[in-house]
Amino acid sequence: MELTGSRILMKTLVEEGVDTIFGYPGGAVLDIYDEIYKTRINHILVRHEQGAAHAADGYARASGKVGVCLVTSGPGATNTVTGIATAYMDSVPMVIFTGQVPTSQIGTDAFQEADITGITRPCTKHNFLVRRVEDLAGTIRDAFHIARSGRPGPVLVDLPKNVMQARTEVSEDSAPRQEEDKPLLPDPDQLQQAVELIKQAKRPLILTGGGVILGKASEDLNLFAKKLRIPVAGTLMGIGGFPGSDPLWLGILGMHGTFYANMAICNCDLLIACGVRFSDRITGKLSEFASHANIIQIDIDAASINKVVPAHVPIVGDCRPAIQSLNRLIEEGDYTVADEDRKEWLDQIASWKSEAPLSYEKSDLIKPQSVIETLHRLTGGNAIVATEVGQNQMWAAHYYHLDHPNNFLTSGGLGTMGYGFPAAIGAQVAFPDRTVVDVAGDGSIQMNIQELATAVNYNLPVKIVILNNGYLGMVRQWQELFYEKRYSHTKLTQVPDFVKLAEAYGAVGLRTSDPAEVESMLKKGLETPGPVIMDFAVDPEEGVFPMVAPGSSLKNISLK
Amino acid sequence: MDIRNHTISILVNNKPDVLARIAGIFSGRGYNIESISANVTMNPELTKIIIVTVGNTATVTQIQKQLKKLVDVITVSRARESKHAQREMALVRITLHEGTLNEITKLVEELKCRIAVKKPDHCVVEITGNKEEVDLALTRFDAIGIDDVSRSGIVTLS
Repeated sequence: MELTGSRILMKTLVEEGVDTIFGYPGGAVLDIYDEIYKTRINHILVRHEQGAAHAADGYARASGKVGVCLVTSGPGATNTVTGIATAYMDSVPMVIFTGQVPTSQIGTDAFQEADITGITRPCTKHNFLVRRVEDLAGTIRDAFHIARSGRPGPVLVDLPKNVMQARTEVSEDSAPRQEEDKPLLPDPDQLQQAVELIKQAKRPLILTGGGVILGKASEDLNLFAKKLRIPVAGTLMGIGGFPGSDPLWLGILGMHGTFYANMAICNCDLLIACGVRFSDRITGKLSEFASHANIIQIDIDAASINKVVPAHVPIVGDCRPAIQSLNRLIEEGDYTVADEDRKEWLDQIASWKSEAPLSYEKSDLIKPQSVIETLHRLTGGNAIVATEVGQNQMWAAHYYHLDHPNNFLTSGGLGTMGYGFPAAIGAQVAFPDRTVVDVAGDGSIQMNIQELATAVNYNLPVKIVILNNGYLGMVRQWQELFYEKRYSHTKLTQVPDFVKLAEAYGAVGLRTSDPAEVESMLKKGLETPGPVIMDFAVDPEEGVFPMVAPGSSLKNISLK
Repeated sequence: MDIRNHTISILVNNKPDVLARIAGIFSGRGYNIESISANVTMNPELTKIIIVTVGNTATVTQIQKQLKKLVDVITVSRARESKHAQREMALVRITLHEGTLNEITKLVEELKCRIAVKKPDHCVVEITGNKEEVDLALTRFDAIGIDDVSRSGIVTLS
């Protein structure tokens, strides 16, 4: 049968198992939107294309599926670039479809033309410009395959208008989905070496990152850590990969890592890094990073190994089969860890934990940390938590510990303010019955506030918790610490009335500045149906601690 | 610091934007391209791109790994001088004055180049060889007086 490009797009998306698209129409995609009108695919209309990209990202991180968004040419496409770069830095599987001017007009500076494949070349895993309708179905299948295989990432497919109108012969039967590449298996010799190091280690430490979650290896990691009684620290991207309520969990390490996680990494003699790329946020001064330790690094991307930190035993492979193999080798070798072998190390860690637990001082102003703690308690630690960027992000990471993966949605690599709210929307679409919260600052929340319309329109009951300090908080903190309190343009004068703003969009808004009301307002907000903004006026000069100054060794920890 | 030239040979799918993508890896990550050559292989669907970059071993290893990740890159290898034949070419235009043609002809014979174009007022000399040979030849011709030079990238085979 003969089908148009637009029809082929819809058909191929359904074959790829896509049931949800986040998008915003425009001239170049009129034919596609005409097909969507006739198809049963769930399309969520956003209010800014950046929102579509972040929503597809949040959907993907929460569900493990490939997120899909559809935007028009020119400014529609360029509006997704921040969202694409966000997904690229955090290895999120996503396919972004952009409209494009007809092929005959490409390169003529046509209306709403943008060289989006050129612009996104450095921030996509790969991208395509489809020049012939005959190539369309195959290209879409390739795009999904690339997005989800190996180290996942965003893939952009540029669709010229004439290609979507053109017709070609297509077979009646559905083409089979391209299966993922087979998992990359670890080298047996490297595994053996790793096991030897593990057996000899007196002070081992596991570092878990985004790769453990992407690789669905949390359960295997849990078995591994528990069997060998090895404490676990996490990167920001690794939160939820190991249960936060387990006594072995040390919290996050690095610039805003817990005291005990950073002390553990400075003093361990073996570091087992799984799905971690050693970002500068966690290493501090490289020459002093884990300086007493042998490092075993398991990662699916060979380029992440020996990039900035030397790996003594590099294991290139999928986290899951690698950790499963380690578990099996340890099982077969009948290796067990006696209490006395770990006692000294675990006691040392316990003493660091009691020396400097995460803490804050109570006062008659609302402390942002207390809002997160109360939120955690009221939701049983079972919400999907998205964050914006800055202080709000760090407090959420510190105080909302999670026991399961795919529940912490944060822009770790790019650090994109405005990410959290649309990402929360995406997660809510994936899981309509779960509690989804966006932890935000008064700065970040304004960056994609227009998506309140989306949340209200589809009745997506996202709860926004604004830790409102009237500042661009994290930048203010750095100005306080390193620029002698010269608060250059970080005071956000003219913060809107968030309650009125919520109501203007048809949502519910709540506000308090009284610490005694935090719990009752959170409770009320969580129980109110539909999207809710909760505006907590918090201590304006509260800082995120512990902190390690940029470029400083991880042992130089400031506790306040 | 073992900073030196490294020659990287990349076999890629012959697609419109592959060269841009590869060049983008270099510019985006702060690696440099000293010279580049690209052309189809005997298989019209495959192109070979040869890039000379400068850096230490760690940097070049990282470059290779980043290139390997690209979807349209098939193989990446480092061309080691000892195991590879390397050639580059240069075309040199020299204005002809009284007596220069004689000088040029002598030098061409000595260095085993050829005169590719001869016109009344100028000639173009074609020089082929490895980098050092071409560098040397250019220096020698410069003593006579070079108008303009067009220099190619490297081609290399093991």
